[in-house]
Amino acid sequence: MAKGVKPRVKVPKSAKAGEAIVIKTLISHKMESGQRKDKEGNIVPRSIIHRFTCDFEGQNVIDIILAPAISTNPYFQFEAAISHSGEFKFTWYDDDGEVYEEIRAINVT
Amino acid sequence: MQFTRRQTLIAGSGLIAATLLPISAIAASYPDVGVPDDFTGGSPVSSGDITLDTPEIAENGNTVPIRVVAPGAVEIRVYAMGNPLPGVTAVSFGALAASQSTSTRVRLAGTQDVLAIAKMADGSFISTSNQVKVTIGGCGG
Repeated sequence: MAKGVKPRVKVPKSAKAGEAIVIKTLISHKMESGQRKDKEGNIVPRSIIHRFTCDFEGQNVIDIILAPAISTNPYFQFEAAISHSGEFKFTWYDDDGEVYEEIRAINVT
Repeated sequence: MQFTRRQTLIAGSGLIAATLLPISAIAASYPDVGVPDDFTGGSPVSSGDITLDTPEIAENGNTVPIRVVAPGAVEIRVYAMGNPLPGVTAVSFGALAASQSTSTRVRLAGTQDVLAIAKMADGSFISTSNQVKVTIGGCGG
């Protein structure tokens, strides 16, 4: 597991049914691009998060492929609309095979 | 057989392409954003209701905020045409997405055009591009 990986997610605690809610996600990760060279001139191997998904109760909200051109600590903001209470599940896929998950409940009125 | 200068160059470029192949084969083990033609498959790309927000000048190419909006899109891809690898991100919208929009931060190697292409629900493609002036490049050199 890459060091110091910490997912952070901002989801409102409650929302109205069908209303567009703004979700912000950030995961601390160095996102080594595979383009940099170290002092000896050797290429630092690529090590990034290459995929991020957000689902709500088994239905997809957004599915993102990340290339090395995404900055350190990848950040995404997007909007979801849901009709009932439940849980958002956020998943990040690391090049090293690690999968990071975060779950947030939301109350729909 | 005697090579002319031109023939030597052509043969040489073929060799370079052959040596590059294994590298791209390794990269393909991860999902890849690729180049615009991988996405559109050569289909015509028109302009349309797609907005790409980028700063006019980015002081630091390591983290350039961008926002892309394309109502009705099923997938949006962003390319930085001046980066060593042009693909930046591929965003697919699911049934619960309230809008076909997303914001993120990207690395730009230098002053260049950032291109966004959206695939619409009917299979057509629309695109837009912005130039971003970068003071300090973001690929480490």
